[in-house]
Amino acid sequence: MKKSVGILGIFGLLVTIVLITAILEPSFTTPYNIQNTIRWTSLFGIISIGAAFVIITGGIDLSVGSVVGLVGVLLPMLLVKLGWSIPLALLAVLVVSLAIGLLHGLLITKMRLQPFVVTLCGLLFYRGFARWLTGDQTQGFGNSFDGLRQIAIGRIPITDSFGIPMPFVVLVVLAILAGIFLNYTIWGRYLLALGRNEEAARYSGINTERMIIVAYVIGALTAGIGGILFSLDVNSVQPAVHGNFYELYAIAAAVLGGCSLRGGEGTILGVIIGAAVMRVLYNAINILGIPTQLEFAIIGAVILLGVMADELVKRINEKRKRMEMQAASESV
Amino acid sequence: MAASTHPILDVKGITKRFPGVTALSNVDLALYPGEVLAVIGENGAGKSTLMKILAGVQMQDEGEILVNGEPTLIDSCRKATSLGISLIHQELNLSDNLSVGANIYLGREPRQYGFIDNQKIRKDAQGLLEQVGLQISSDALVSTLSIGQQQLVEIAKALSTNAQVLIMDEPTSSLSTGETERLFEVVRDLKMRGVSIIYISHRLAEVSALADRVLVLRDGENAGQLNRHEIKHDAMVQLMVGRDVSKYYARKPHPIGDVVLEVRDLITPAWPHHQLNFKIHRGEIVGISGLVGAGRTELLRVLFGVDQALGGDILIRGHPAHIQTPEDAINLGLALVPEERKEKGLIIDMTVRENIGLAGVWRHRIGLGALNRKKESSDTDEMVEQLRIKTPHADQVVRYLSGGNQQKVVLGKWLTMQPTVLLMDEPTRGIDIGAKEEVYKLMESLARDGMAILFVSSELEEILGMSDRALIMHEGRITGELERDVLTEETVMLLATGGSGMTNGR
Repeated sequence: MKKSVGILGIFGLLVTIVLITAILEPSFTTPYNIQNTIRWTSLFGIISIGAAFVIITGGIDLSVGSVVGLVGVLLPMLLVKLGWSIPLALLAVLVVSLAIGLLHGLLITKMRLQPFVVTLCGLLFYRGFARWLTGDQTQGFGNSFDGLRQIAIGRIPITDSFGIPMPFVVLVVLAILAGIFLNYTIWGRYLLALGRNEEAARYSGINTERMIIVAYVIGALTAGIGGILFSLDVNSVQPAVHGNFYELYAIAAAVLGGCSLRGGEGTILGVIIGAAVMRVLYNAINILGIPTQLEFAIIGAVILLGVMADELVKRINEKRKRMEMQAASESV
Repeated sequence: MAASTHPILDVKGITKRFPGVTALSNVDLALYPGEVLAVIGENGAGKSTLMKILAGVQMQDEGEILVNGEPTLIDSCRKATSLGISLIHQELNLSDNLSVGANIYLGREPRQYGFIDNQKIRKDAQGLLEQVGLQISSDALVSTLSIGQQQLVEIAKALSTNAQVLIMDEPTSSLSTGETERLFEVVRDLKMRGVSIIYISHRLAEVSALADRVLVLRDGENAGQLNRHEIKHDAMVQLMVGRDVSKYYARKPHPIGDVVLEVRDLITPAWPHHQLNFKIHRGEIVGISGLVGAGRTELLRVLFGVDQALGGDILIRGHPAHIQTPEDAINLGLALVPEERKEKGLIIDMTVRENIGLAGVWRHRIGLGALNRKKESSDTDEMVEQLRIKTPHADQVVRYLSGGNQQKVVLGKWLTMQPTVLLMDEPTRGIDIGAKEEVYKLMESLARDGMAILFVSSELEEILGMSDRALIMHEGRITGELERDVLTEETVMLLATGGSGMTNGR
């Protein structure tokens, strides 16, 4: 019950922003704009799911944007410059992502380094590596991979002017898998438990280190999948900036969606709605003609307000619960 | 002496409620100048809460406190300090990385031109250290001191605030015999100088040696008090427990079976130079007694795979067991109810159901790794009923349960795993007397059904009352092994404080 209340809050925020923007500027509701917003929401939603898994363990992954950047340059290089086949190139970049996640997880659990430090170094390293690899030259697919690019820019037509963007399909599939993993498997239970209290989880026989590694692998893999889609979407990947700040968007979406940085809390649906709030807000700023210099300020303020409201609701719930228990104990 | 003067501290009708439990109910306490008042009672009797109220850490819900006859609201620690009331916590609150002098004046540093006046600190601190009989430099780092010395530094710190009332919460729980003696001298000396002392202890022998008067709390209420000439062990226990002790610890003799757990030359990381040897049998309850820091908890941690043994063997039913992680231990039929319930025993923000199911998640999985919610629910219902866990429903978050019910959730989690050996670290710490009795009854019935129980306790009464056999530890060694018929407070204390090795073990 508590979980659904949390989601309702963020969903309410999303609806409010959508309504206000739609009323102030009717062009917000054009099929093209809606389609586009859904596409971007989906792309960010995908990387936010992974960020949420890491945050649920009580950790943080700051390397998401750089992984998006690295994968973004690797894929066109492998396909265009080295002429690898599409399945092989996709497999290769996913393996690279997986290896990155594994490395993070091992450093954090076996070496006992702090997640912030490990992934901050990752952020710097993968970005630098991507720039060196490409000599800072913009990478792209040219016109020869339009078929592959459909998974990022394609859509399933519903009407003449509106279709469901392909990234949304990818997002839905990933979200369902993530939701099942988190809520219906033993490993999801392990993650939620160790996120709340790693020590108690260990005392209950859970291999907490293994599960933390799994979370970082999931985080890096979704960053890799996101990286593939972002790269195919833009078709001209600048190694120095592609994916910059995306880790912060992902973390913000997760936090807005009800994840606590203390760990142990969060729902997949909430995180996706969180990503949607970010994108709709961004879109609203553009479409309403608000100076784009204010973009970060507005997004920052909304996140802060959202988190504050969430905290207040939690406190009220807590108080009510305590009163209930007191009443119950006195009537016994 | 005491009757002729007015009380320096007069507490009237204090009541304090927490969610789910009334910690104190209409409690009175009077403290006279220059007396040592011992406050005793079992875990959960309300001693700590009462002291926290006096020290301004918490506020009472009802009742009043008179300081020197004046009704006074003690609403902060600062206020308590300014009234001359100082609390020395059981867990010492010194900063390891700072010097003794810096610790004494922490937060009240004398200043000159805005900078800390280290010269003054040094001079004043040295005087205070002399008062408590410590021959160390005030520049010494706290991390270089023994626990006993740190305890005395805490007292010096209290004296630096001109404390007239000194509250000491279990000051000797980690002290050696020599250090305890030293502390007693300081307490007697302070008393001569008119300082009043509230002394909280589980060690009844200490109370007899030191106290002018004893106040007994039971279940958050005044259970009675004893004047100097009435302070006798049996009288204190009678008041603390409130009924016949032998009935309270529901032990009935039953047959003891084969060895299920054997430890040979086991070396724990805490005491790398000592080897431990003992055996535990089916259906047997074995208590481990000793001072805090004697290596008891560390032993349980190694047995349960939280820490790795540095050497030696653990045999379960005669077979060598390789225990590297708690996972291994659980698979071999071990379970551990840890001392820190909220930190290690429970995921406090998860529900009763999720907590009880947690250890069995893997064992009861469906297929590759699907969560078996049905089994989890049925196990929970069974445990809630069997252990009489008081919770509105199985999906209540554990945080909102009382300490006793939380402990039952921990026990429930392990009972669903049907362990052969149950390890318990301070099984009744911080739970009320009713729940305590239930835990004892449960231990008895589990043992009767063949479970072997190894428990650590700092409460002597519990060791004496529950053990078929007791192991007594001192500084990393098992200094004695006592069968039930020779288990007495004196023999245990002698062995626990490093007295000559004696044993009647097999």
